[in-house]
Amino acid sequence: MEPTSTDRFADRYPILGGGFFLAGRASGEVKRRLSELSLPRELVRRVVIGTYEAEMNVVIHAVSGEVSVSVEGDEVRVVAQDRGPGIADVEEALKPGFSTASEKAQSLGFGAGMGLTNMQRCADEFRIASELGRGTCVNMTFRPRPVDSKEEQQDDGD
Amino acid sequence: MTVTEVAEALGLEIVTGRQNLDRSITGGCVSDLLSYVMGNAAAGHLWITIQVHPNIVGVAELLDLAGIVVAHGQDIETPTVEKAREHGIPVLTSQETAFALAGRLYALGVT
Repeated sequence: MEPTSTDRFADRYPILGGGFFLAGRASGEVKRRLSELSLPRELVRRVVIGTYEAEMNVVIHAVSGEVSVSVEGDEVRVVAQDRGPGIADVEEALKPGFSTASEKAQSLGFGAGMGLTNMQRCADEFRIASELGRGTCVNMTFRPRPVDSKEEQQDDGD
Repeated sequence: MTVTEVAEALGLEIVTGRQNLDRSITGGCVSDLLSYVMGNAAAGHLWITIQVHPNIVGVAELLDLAGIVVAHGQDIETPTVEKAREHGIPVLTSQETAFALAGRLYALGVT
């Protein structure tokens, strides 16, 4: 394990729109890479959740995209950029429960209007920019938080 | 309680992931919405669902869940079983409903 202060890497992973079978692979890769660093587990957990939700939004809505992850010290930055339809009303899209996902996506248990909410909850900084007909970019920064004692117990289960 | 003990107590059929059944279950989650599980389940939880597609394995893996219980006798898609085998994620099945399974699990002390 490297000391936290020197933990550093940057990587990018492609995401295919509509690729439900491969969905989650980018997030899995991010998790694997972050687990090799000496980052707090609660931080990695939040990054993984935020990355998964961003990846799924690309799969559900966009043509293609990529997620890039960079680590500097104990701060993790995730940027998910896609080429896709964009979001007509970002404020509306941020409301819990709001979704424009297809019936197919919804029947698989995606598109419940919780993705952006999960990203906002997990990230310490969250920015979203979208252009209709072009695409969407989500920018998240994660930093270590004081550990919730209950969560700590649950995380110790394995 | 371990996954094995729960499987025995509830009469669950073990589909795959036998090598990881000794893990302690720290809680549970019942949902068919993947983002709900992502936002609310934690490492070591047992997840009860009627979703059967491969993405459930991805969620379980990302969250370090103890296992997935597919309820109400839903046929699990073959790629799901293959993916779970590859990642060593326990997948179990039951003919009982998610409601009944959650109730019995809770009664066993998994809260």
